[in-house]
Amino acid sequence: MTRFLMAKPLRLSAPQAYPTTDKPAFRPDKLSPAYAGQHKGNSLLKYISLADRKDKLFRRVLWMGGLTILCLVLGILLTLIVGAIPSLQAFGIRFLWGKVWNPVNQVFGALPFLVGTLLTSFLALLISIPFSLSIAIFLGEYFPPVKGRNRFAHLVREAVELIAGIPSVIYGFWGLFVLVPVIRKLEMSWHVLPYGVGIFTASLILAIMIIPYAASLGREIIALVPQDLKEAAYSLGATRWEMIRHVVLPYARSGIFAGLLLSLGRALGETMAVTMVIGNTSEIPQSIFSPGNTLASVIANEFTEAASRLYLSALIELGLVLFVVTTCMHLIGKTIIHRFSA
Amino acid sequence: MLLHTHIHIRRRQIRSQLVRTAIILCTVLTLLPLLYILAYIIRRGIGVMHLSFFLQLPKPVGESGGGIANALVGSLLIVGMATLMAVPVGISSALYLSEHPKGKLAGIIRICLEVLTGIPSIVVGIVAYYWLVRPMGSFSALSGSVALAIMMLPIMIRSAEETLKRFPLHLREASLALGVPYYKTILKVLLPCSLSGVVSGIMLSIARVIGETAPLLFTAFGNPYLTANIFHPMHSLPLLIYNYAISPYENWHQLAWGAAMVLLVWILLLNVLTRIMIRKWSVQY
Amino acid sequence: MKYSSWFKLALVMAGVVGLSACGGHSGQSTQQSSSDAQTLLGAGSTFVYPLYSKLFALYHQQTGIRVNYQSIGSGGGILQLINKTVDFGDSDAPLTADQEQQAGTPVVHIPICSGAVVLTYNLPGIQDTLLFTPNVLAGIYLGTITRWNDPALQSINPQVKLPDLPIAVVHRSDGSGTTNIFTNYLAKISPDWKNKVGASTSVNWPVGLGGKGNEGVSGLVKQTPGAIGYVELAYAIQNQMPVAKVQNASGHFITPSIASTQAASNINLPADAKVFVTNTSAPDGYPISGFTWAILYREQHYGDRSRARAEELVKLFWWVIHDGQAYCANLHYAPLSPAATTTAEKLLQSVTFDGQPLLHAAKP
Repeated sequence: MTRFLMAKPLRLSAPQAYPTTDKPAFRPDKLSPAYAGQHKGNSLLKYISLADRKDKLFRRVLWMGGLTILCLVLGILLTLIVGAIPSLQAFGIRFLWGKVWNPVNQVFGALPFLVGTLLTSFLALLISIPFSLSIAIFLGEYFPPVKGRNRFAHLVREAVELIAGIPSVIYGFWGLFVLVPVIRKLEMSWHVLPYGVGIFTASLILAIMIIPYAASLGREIIALVPQDLKEAAYSLGATRWEMIRHVVLPYARSGIFAGLLLSLGRALGETMAVTMVIGNTSEIPQSIFSPGNTLASVIANEFTEAASRLYLSALIELGLVLFVVTTCMHLIGKTIIHRFSA
Repeated sequence: MLLHTHIHIRRRQIRSQLVRTAIILCTVLTLLPLLYILAYIIRRGIGVMHLSFFLQLPKPVGESGGGIANALVGSLLIVGMATLMAVPVGISSALYLSEHPKGKLAGIIRICLEVLTGIPSIVVGIVAYYWLVRPMGSFSALSGSVALAIMMLPIMIRSAEETLKRFPLHLREASLALGVPYYKTILKVLLPCSLSGVVSGIMLSIARVIGETAPLLFTAFGNPYLTANIFHPMHSLPLLIYNYAISPYENWHQLAWGAAMVLLVWILLLNVLTRIMIRKWSVQY
Repeated sequence: MKYSSWFKLALVMAGVVGLSACGGHSGQSTQQSSSDAQTLLGAGSTFVYPLYSKLFALYHQQTGIRVNYQSIGSGGGILQLINKTVDFGDSDAPLTADQEQQAGTPVVHIPICSGAVVLTYNLPGIQDTLLFTPNVLAGIYLGTITRWNDPALQSINPQVKLPDLPIAVVHRSDGSGTTNIFTNYLAKISPDWKNKVGASTSVNWPVGLGGKGNEGVSGLVKQTPGAIGYVELAYAIQNQMPVAKVQNASGHFITPSIASTQAASNINLPADAKVFVTNTSAPDGYPISGFTWAILYREQHYGDRSRARAEELVKLFWWVIHDGQAYCANLHYAPLSPAATTTAEKLLQSVTFDGQPLLHAAKP
């Protein structure tokens, strides 16, 4: 008796044995058994039910793929938080404005790196704005690279994209051998300590690195400005510049702001190039020419050698701070752009 | 009065012209140094392009010559493995997103993707160290690949989803109406039609991570020998560039310039290939 | 009912991933004993890296054993040993009590050689050897002496006309045994330094900029006019950088060299070999020198280590402290004295696997 009961569900002629929870667009199993019965034998039914099972498996696979992304992000966040616990316990929130980073006495404060990070990033943003904006206007308004026209504009766009693809470490390498000596000469003529490396050099490299990114973001945003608004301005007798000045830029203002935020997020998290030219010292920088450290560069320098638990944990907490700050910038920027383009 | 207006208009037009010139000038001015970087790397790198550069291992400190064979093989292996890991996850989640454009989980996943896009590469390195290096008790190429795979996902998924979303409803309905199961509709109709976007996404993500250094610092670690064992430390091009760039040895700088050029050519080729692929494979609905 | 080709493709792909994952593993496990022990991983001191890179290349030629040594700094070497991610570390600073406690089981310090930490500088147009007294040195690194033509500096170097140039102090950005030797010296000669900064593998520097590794510091000094930095002797000589004479405890100005380093390190080593030789009392000893130690666990059976691997490790260092010593001098390190070699041998013999000493099996 029991054997009979156990064998029963295995019979394929009962498609209802596979209840569905999901809602597929097409459900062959909902075909009535009567209808299926008309097509003698159950080979079709078998086929359908197998296909149905595969469908479900397939959906499950897709769902799992999506879930992996979620798990990854949660995992990353969790790992950082757990890793930072000893430091959080030892220093609490004071960690953020602790001025001293001293591995000898096990006193850790993030302020020198926060200052270094913010200083380099904002300086880089400031330097890059005129250039990235002009490329954005150039490509978005004056010479939009439309298919088959504007060879030069195409060239510019390709060049910008190519340059955006250069790895950070190569920028750093170039900076170390070309930019640093130039800065050193400048510093000598300005009578500051001619280190060559430092906050200013790092900002320059960062600016060069974010220009392509900011420019292509800006181009997309400027291209989104509705044509009829522009035409309206022209029909009122505006010149091209007046149209840009009074229509395009005000209209794209929020988008451009978001673009700045995104570029800033980029600059904040940039590691290798900065590590190579910033000078690596844990003092709070006194001027824009003094050497410093950013959140990312101090991790790159010290992570493999933080020989005590607290030291390591403090570094991870720096990573956590970096993660939270860049993520916030990125999410806010993306939300604004999303609203803007919707 | 008329003359006055005329002058006024003229002035405005001149100003507009001036701004236009300024913007063109500024654009060219920005591009020049950027192109100079490219030219500089190629000029420094081209000198070391001998066969031995690709076939030999680096020499010990102070001896001249040597090549970057270990880093070349290492980069290929690490990035290759990262691609193998990222592609299944990336494509299935891109499909999930395009199949459930308005779902709750899809919304959350989209936010997660944004978070992944913005995550600093060094943080990914820390995480990979904790997930793989510590438990496995050794630095390994595998842990580097995992770190790179995480960085590849957002780019891959974004590009794939963009094309998948464009797939027209009527084609899908036609396929389903013919009694084709859902999974076959996706795998045999939707995916082949969107192949250009999916593959270009993969290529772009490879181009993006092949130059990543920060996540490899604490994972792949480096190795002066040629190895194919993914459970051992392995060298890679960006790591080699970083290590040699900050060293004081002229010979090592030479190797690093060469490696930088190889890396650039690699990225350029990937980009060109992607372009060609998009042009050839993209489907107009 | 055929599986669709896409499904197949997916299967193949998954298979490849799986294979590539286990492939390396199974391939490894079939010849576990041989291939597993064919490569050893070490990390740590950049101080000794030139020597190691030479020695391990030779060792590879002679025995086929690949030793992958990454110069990440002594602090890194200690940490990675504690984390058990490497077979051995190398440090120019012995483990602190705190670190020993973290390591859990005892760690042996095997002296490899001693080296000098030298002061190198970049003064455009000046190739002469500068002289430094301990006070001046401490002053520069404390930031109280900021220009090259400071009277204190000029008065001990009357033969050179020092330029009116700011001093760009360069130090290490990473945790370093070189730093440990240098700061240990400064702490011994300057109470100010001892109170304000202290001695460790990484300290909170009052002035200056950091370079990563000995490589990074020499790179920075070479590129920066007016810079002064401290590096291992080999780095300075290989890069043709000027090297300063430093006044030792007996009042002599000593040129760093193999002989003066040996003079300083020629002392009776304690049994555990953990000793500092900075500010030596030897009249012709260079005051800023120190040992570098290979560090490994006394009990080698931890994790999934094979006995073969542990044996190779011990053999390697037996070779380094005997045959390897011949290459020290060429690379400007001072080889171990006979007494120090004996201490090193004893330490190496104390290394065990499952409680059994490894060395009878390993000794050639």
